[in-house]
Amino acid sequence: MTVAQPSKAPARNILIRYLPLLILALAWEAASRLHLVSSLALPPLTDVAQAWVELVQSGELVANGLSSLYRAGAGLALAIVGGGALGIFMAVSRPVNATLGPLVELFYPMPKSALIPVTVLWLGFGDGSKIVLIFLGCMLPVTIGAYNGAHGSDQHLIWSARSMGAHRLRMIWDVVLPSALPELFNGVRTALALSFILLVSSELIVARQGLGNLIGYLGANGSYEAMFAVVLTVAFIGFLADRVYQAAVARALRWRE
Amino acid sequence: MSDPAQIIVEGVCHHYRPAVGREVLALENVSLRVREREFLALLGPSGCGKSTLLYLIGGFLPIETGKISVDGKPVAGPGPDRGVVFQSFALFPWKTVRKNVLYGLERQALPRDERETRAQAFIDLVGLTGFEESYPSQLSGGMKQRVALARTLAFDPRMLLMDEPFGALDAQTRSLMQSELLAIWEKTRKTVIFVTHDVHEAVYLAERVAVMTARPGRIKTIVDTGFNKDDPEVHRTRAFVDKVDELWNLVRDEAVKALEKRPP
Repeated sequence: MTVAQPSKAPARNILIRYLPLLILALAWEAASRLHLVSSLALPPLTDVAQAWVELVQSGELVANGLSSLYRAGAGLALAIVGGGALGIFMAVSRPVNATLGPLVELFYPMPKSALIPVTVLWLGFGDGSKIVLIFLGCMLPVTIGAYNGAHGSDQHLIWSARSMGAHRLRMIWDVVLPSALPELFNGVRTALALSFILLVSSELIVARQGLGNLIGYLGANGSYEAMFAVVLTVAFIGFLADRVYQAAVARALRWRE
Repeated sequence: MSDPAQIIVEGVCHHYRPAVGREVLALENVSLRVREREFLALLGPSGCGKSTLLYLIGGFLPIETGKISVDGKPVAGPGPDRGVVFQSFALFPWKTVRKNVLYGLERQALPRDERETRAQAFIDLVGLTGFEESYPSQLSGGMKQRVALARTLAFDPRMLLMDEPFGALDAQTRSLMQSELLAIWEKTRKTVIFVTHDVHEAVYLAERVAVMTARPGRIKTIVDTGFNKDDPEVHRTRAFVDKVDELWNLVRDEAVKALEKRPP
């Protein structure tokens, strides 16, 4: 996995890197101000920015944002721990693989949003249904990454650890888990993106709070500037989460060349 | 010799089962006795099952037919009495040199200070002082094998099982590592089983060389070597050259057989 890192020559490179974004923002503003598109369909960006400031000042954005982050964070954490453990135990144990492997293959391609009504039926409108949805939806990419990574563990490393006195569980923790990490981390990146999709869509459909709920509520009330402000906030949080995640992974895997 | 055998292999057969294709008889009725503190080389053409035999002694593969005992107890799995060094080094790539060497020590009930002191002593012994915080990916092949050797020596196994440990190194590094291994062996006097297909290496390092046949692997003969390793000119002595010749002829017959048996 290669990550394009911002180079050392700072300000100018950052400008070049995000120039397309700036042009897009200017084009947006111009299209709306010059009435090339209806300002209902695309309110001017400056109005959106103002609506954003108001949403922050009223506390709505922060309250709903925290609620959404809690759901995504909890669901994702469960998915990483559960999915990682499942993938690793499938790789080290034939019986576990034989029992659970077909189930993983069966559920992997299923559109996870189909689970939204199911988790609501089980757990209602609150946090629980969102957390379980994100857990179930994000688990399998992590499982498959962990399985592939663990499956490729070097036999000689396993034997080395065993011959130095590591019992089986110890060896799995010390050798199989670190061997699985690069591919497991790729699975987590997929899961991270998936968690935002599932979070917002489930909150849009059935929720009393959260960013998705706020988008739906503002849209239904015709506050399009504010709605766009929340949509952009979600997009920015997603982008930021991915960048922070990539930096953390690069650090965790710095032992590779 | 009145020395009791430390490692006893009796009538061992082993099948190799590839993921696809037919199973192959890798070892056929192998018997071998290795004395305590001796340096024995297992020499044979590639694919003759010498590594398989080493892995069976290491307890890494299940014993199908026959018996293997170490210190009078049947082998039932790997253990820290038998330290292993692989051709592929098998260092933990996510651990620094220091943490790699510490790994075996951390599995033992030693105080932290003593673990650190021992690890440092063995890092120094193999000449890697100053590389404690390097990762394996930052080291050359020779340095990696030194780390592997230090890691195995550090937890003080009574036997060393070495699987073509210098096979991946260039000629100069290999020759250097051979002398260092001998120096270490003379100091520590561990029992060593050293798998190699390099005749010269076997004659130089070992006291006895067990020559294996082409697949299915059997012990063809055991030859006493045991030259005076302190003599820097030992390679050029008549006796040494003759011994290399003798073993080379034994191995070449088997290598030819192995080639003839290869499917077209």
